[in-house]
Amino acid sequence: MSAAATRAAVEDFLFHEAELLDNWRLNEWEKLLTDDASYYIPPNDDLEGSHRTTLFIIADDRERIRQRVIRVLDPNCHAEYPKSRLSRILGNVRIAADGDGFVTATGNFIAHRYRRYERMGEYVGSFRYILKRHGESFLIKERRMFLKSHELGSLGSVSFIL
Amino acid sequence: MTASRSYVIDDREKGLFLLDRSVHVSEDILREEMEKIFSKCWIYAGHASELKKNGDFVTRKVAGRPIIFSRDQKGAIHCLFNTCRHRGAIVCADRTGNARRFMCAYHGWSYNNDGALARVPGEDAYPEAFDKSTLGLKRPAKFESYRGFWFLNLDPHAVPLLEYLGKTTDYIDLVIDQSPSGEMEILPGTQEYDVNANWKLMVENSVDDYHLPTTHSTWLNFMRNSGVVMEPPKEKGMVLPTKGYAIDLGAGHFTTDNINFRGRPVAKWIPLYGEAARPEMDAIRAELMERLGPERAARVCDTNRNLVIFPNLVINDGSSVTVRTFYPEGVDKMHVTAWALGPVEESESARARRLDAFLTFYGPGGFATPDDVEALEMVQKGLANWQDDRWSEMSRGMGREGSEQLNSDEFHLRLFWRKWNEMMGGAA
Repeated sequence: MSAAATRAAVEDFLFHEAELLDNWRLNEWEKLLTDDASYYIPPNDDLEGSHRTTLFIIADDRERIRQRVIRVLDPNCHAEYPKSRLSRILGNVRIAADGDGFVTATGNFIAHRYRRYERMGEYVGSFRYILKRHGESFLIKERRMFLKSHELGSLGSVSFIL
Repeated sequence: MTASRSYVIDDREKGLFLLDRSVHVSEDILREEMEKIFSKCWIYAGHASELKKNGDFVTRKVAGRPIIFSRDQKGAIHCLFNTCRHRGAIVCADRTGNARRFMCAYHGWSYNNDGALARVPGEDAYPEAFDKSTLGLKRPAKFESYRGFWFLNLDPHAVPLLEYLGKTTDYIDLVIDQSPSGEMEILPGTQEYDVNANWKLMVENSVDDYHLPTTHSTWLNFMRNSGVVMEPPKEKGMVLPTKGYAIDLGAGHFTTDNINFRGRPVAKWIPLYGEAARPEMDAIRAELMERLGPERAARVCDTNRNLVIFPNLVINDGSSVTVRTFYPEGVDKMHVTAWALGPVEESESARARRLDAFLTFYGPGGFATPDDVEALEMVQKGLANWQDDRWSEMSRGMGREGSEQLNSDEFHLRLFWRKWNEMMGGAA
């Protein structure tokens, strides 16, 4: 049995993930995922809904994540060509649960997306991760991003990995 | 006002159709559209299933007008202008909810959910002529429905909705036939996003199958990776693995009607859905065959259709069913609202499959829609040269009009532009 997860260890892991995502190092990012990982963005107007009964923005299982990465790295993914420049700040990280080899971490994010020399989008919200203990670090079993704006509105789309 | 002239060059002898690009950039034209299109046509306001219980309401903007779409205590559905008769404030600030009354936050006038003015604080200060019965919330000139789809019309002289919808009802019925009880519902979760492009570009994009191989090559790749077999186009003019048609439904309405290759959660299995889905999908198909007969059931299961109800309602019965509407917020910006639609009695697993299939293509995180948005924004950017490069070339498939028109032709796009040009007072 390992000792309780520390916030510093969780933050180190999440900051590393953020760096990979911001820099489109998505093949490396995929190595941070468990084989049954999932990635969710619920709709702005139903943040606590289930993807089985509510229309989400993104509800990817592991295979869909693999396909999403293939898609967004393809130069024919017009929504991300040329690639947006991304910068995300994570904060307010807390450990909500810790046991049986899994850690649930919550926090807030601000992600800036610069698009085609002209548009800046500010994606603001909170996150909830279910991390699987993996040696001294973690793997991501589930990542759920909650957008705080009432609607996606001027952000247009979520064509990068938020 | 713009002078009377045509926005299209429509030369059927030569087979030439050109569109004046000013339609996407002119502020004057946008003002005229609000008057001649959005104040004259039947405009989609909401679906009855959004108001399940008495007292349920939804507020939204329709054709630029803030409305309350509400079900009163007796179950009747209303469309009320969300504007206080006193000094003009909106009387309901919630997006959705359940309420018997809407109270204006400014001076406290309250209205019943059928629109009647119920209470005015300090009523004794008003003169005798003050008559509450004449001060209910105003409403659009007309408000009618077809099988759960509610439309408003701001023109008191408008033809009845059913007459306006004309042949589109056949295609609405085909969507609703998915449901054994004939009842579909809007599912929770709304997708609302802006596109920095003229609203009419979304009409074109919603039915234009010519763009699929290029705009959506990553989606086609994803389908292939997921085990969907896609043969190369077999006939001249085709760009997709199966044949599809563009169909004129009259009065500016039109649809595509395609033999399906991309799977349908009702009830055409593709490997993407997984082996485990097969028995239930077979059972759904069997129910459809039993209920509708083999021919109609095949239409429901094995064809997909993108329907445009003029001017701005799209019902895509494709990878899933989406109801989509959009309004101009300036010449180069539109606001899009999209919902998923499903049979009310659907099982939990079929519902989950429907929602998952939706996300394979549609929506702001889907594998295709973000690229559509990008394409439309690229058009709007390119149109900045409109004064020196005036006309869009839209003649694809011309010369064969009157016979079979393919989904990848521009026949249906021309139908839209002819109707739009006529309503805007452009010469024929």
